[in-house]
Amino acid sequence: MSYIPAEKLRDEARELIEKIDFSALKPKDRLAIPMQEMPAQEPSVRAKNIQEVAIGYFEEQVRLEAERCLQCKNAPCIKGCPVAIDIPGFIKAAAEGDYQKSVNIIKNNSMLPAICGRVCPQETQCMAECTVGKSLKDMDKSVAIGRIERFVADWEREQGRMSLPEIAPATGKKVAIIGSGPAGLTAAADVRKAGHEVVLFEAFHKLGGVMIYGIPEFRLPKVILDKEIENLLSMGVTIKKNFLVGRTRKLSDLLEKDGFDAVFVGTGAGLPNFMNIEGEGLVGVSSANEFLTRANLMKAYTPDKADTPIFTGKKTAVVGGGNVAMDAARMALRVGAEEVYVIYRRTEKEMPARREEIAHAKEEGITFLFLTNPKRIIGDKDGKVTGIECLKYELGEPDDSGRRKPVEIKGSEFVLEMDSVIMALGNSSNPLISHTTPEINVNRWGNILADGDQKTSMDRVYAGGDIVLGAATVILAMGEGRKAAESINKLLAE
Amino acid sequence: MSRVLEKTQLSRDVFQLVLEAPEIARERRAGQFVILQADSDYSERIPLTIADADETVGSITVIFQVVGKSTLKLAQLNAGDVVENVLGPLGMPTHIEKVGTVVCVGGGIGVAPLHPIAQAMKKAGNRVIIIMGARTKELLILEDEMRAIADEFIVCTDDGSYGRKDLVTVPLKEICEKGGVDLAVAIGPAIMMKFCAETTRPFGVKTFASLNTIMVDGTGMCGGCRVTVGGKTKFVCVDGPEFDAHEVDFDNMMLRQRSYKPQEQEANHKCRLQQAVDELQEHK
Repeated sequence: MSYIPAEKLRDEARELIEKIDFSALKPKDRLAIPMQEMPAQEPSVRAKNIQEVAIGYFEEQVRLEAERCLQCKNAPCIKGCPVAIDIPGFIKAAAEGDYQKSVNIIKNNSMLPAICGRVCPQETQCMAECTVGKSLKDMDKSVAIGRIERFVADWEREQGRMSLPEIAPATGKKVAIIGSGPAGLTAAADVRKAGHEVVLFEAFHKLGGVMIYGIPEFRLPKVILDKEIENLLSMGVTIKKNFLVGRTRKLSDLLEKDGFDAVFVGTGAGLPNFMNIEGEGLVGVSSANEFLTRANLMKAYTPDKADTPIFTGKKTAVVGGGNVAMDAARMALRVGAEEVYVIYRRTEKEMPARREEIAHAKEEGITFLFLTNPKRIIGDKDGKVTGIECLKYELGEPDDSGRRKPVEIKGSEFVLEMDSVIMALGNSSNPLISHTTPEINVNRWGNILADGDQKTSMDRVYAGGDIVLGAATVILAMGEGRKAAESINKLLAE
Repeated sequence: MSRVLEKTQLSRDVFQLVLEAPEIARERRAGQFVILQADSDYSERIPLTIADADETVGSITVIFQVVGKSTLKLAQLNAGDVVENVLGPLGMPTHIEKVGTVVCVGGGIGVAPLHPIAQAMKKAGNRVIIIMGARTKELLILEDEMRAIADEFIVCTDDGSYGRKDLVTVPLKEICEKGGVDLAVAIGPAIMMKFCAETTRPFGVKTFASLNTIMVDGTGMCGGCRVTVGGKTKFVCVDGPEFDAHEVDFDNMMLRQRSYKPQEQEANHKCRLQQAVDELQEHK
């Protein structure tokens, strides 16, 4: 995928619209409409600014993209969506130009459409099931569901009148939601809708969890996040920031002393993983969590204003192949790195990052070293990173995840000069809740064990999102938050 | 949001703030810390140990040394001002039990976090020996408070301007040689803690150090505070802040503490210049 200027995409869409008779479209005609690319800032410009990379569809593009949908009766895409949004329904409304109706349909299942449209891995979810992609024998050509979702959500926000769900009469019951990330926010909204009092506890000074500290501004502008959260909380949710459940108050005290009837734990991912190789303690090595938190939450990308420093090397290596690795690599460019390398031990095909992020990273000039893995990090006499020694790998037999296992090639060591290294290898669980609440059972990685209803081993306590799943996605966390809310509402109705 | 109830300047660069924080005052235990952030948008998050707390008033006391822009910002607050964000209590509380004789060694600003630990050790029925030291007399803090707790009290300065002219490790060694020490707790600059550990090691005296590493969130998320303890990676914010001092890789910790030195120096330089400019303008 090479970069196409936004204006060109708009002009092409305009021309095409003139040529199509939308009143008599047959499936074959729909399949003939080209998939609409996402307009984006010019790569060399955006690599030096923090503004959102993807600009969003032009109205003409939404029309065309929505008309590509075949409106399948069996709607396979819905099965691919963790929160089961009525995808053909909202796309049909978008095609008809009724954006309010479209966004309302989405909101029946997702309270954060502008966010999901931007950060969901659609290609492994809804788009992976799309009949259009299957018919064209190219799943990258499935209907761009997320881009349409983003357009209608942005449209509603820009109208300045975001609709609110109806709230049932007060029940007198009180629910504690721990963590204000995607799982917690979704659970808070759904529990509130049922008329229960909701108190949302957040350890940080800002709401949003991974969406505020992890996902960068250039992928998810914070004004959009704030707006979406603000809208959700206008349903009447009490917020307690700077409150770390487990430390500021024990979870059991919330239930036993503070009058809460149920608790949802959505505390998210925890401690970053390292490789345990030589040199990880050198100055210039950080976890992606730390690097991104400094950049995003602490706004270190504005060094003239922010007090929090960030380590800015000229040559930065990012180890890992997920969305967090892409975010860290692209953020490194934006805070001053001249050369950025992504080191990944498998091939591009196995990379868990969203396709669009990989494509954007490449356009911005990031170098990908596939089938490569660090062996050690090298430092100078002052303990500063000077390089990274890597090994080449090849793919062997499939492993437990079904992906072919990377195997090192003996004697293939080589050294790359580097002055900073960012480890983006996923997280293990945060031990805080489990350490301070022994009643909650966890697995051997420390993730909370929850049943199909998101219920934990502790009475009246539910959990969901990354603290249960390990590192997953915003939408899966929302799905679990939603399921937990349903269980809590059922429990409190008894 | 926490209101500043009281502010005291303890020495030229050391300040004490009493903050309104009833939830933290209620839950905190000796050895725990808080994270302070002057304002939500651009201020840094600073980890500071809770030096004292009053549950009835609902207040906590923090003591800090002005070392850069962010601590200077805090030092400029006065009674009635607010600190926008205070999070805590964080970290594992100190394990307090009656072991017999405990030597508490505090260096410089490290006396502040040592104070609640010494207090709790005393309350648990231990015989508490306190050694506190500083570069020079005017940098000594909490002397009266510590003296009041101690069964035996030794104060040292590097320059001999007050008490013994010694590093804290000298009396620590003497005490270990006399025997009968069951536990040592050392809190201060990393280099001091390192040498305290080396001093007690040959005597087999169990020694704890409270580590003050770089942190961002303080809740087990960023990994900036990682240290090597007994060959394993540990996180000061959730596994600590106290660790077996004989197992801590202090050299690597000191290295990592200096990670942002160039940026800190620049920020400090700029903000002190600005302060000087402001003062000049006030005089005009």
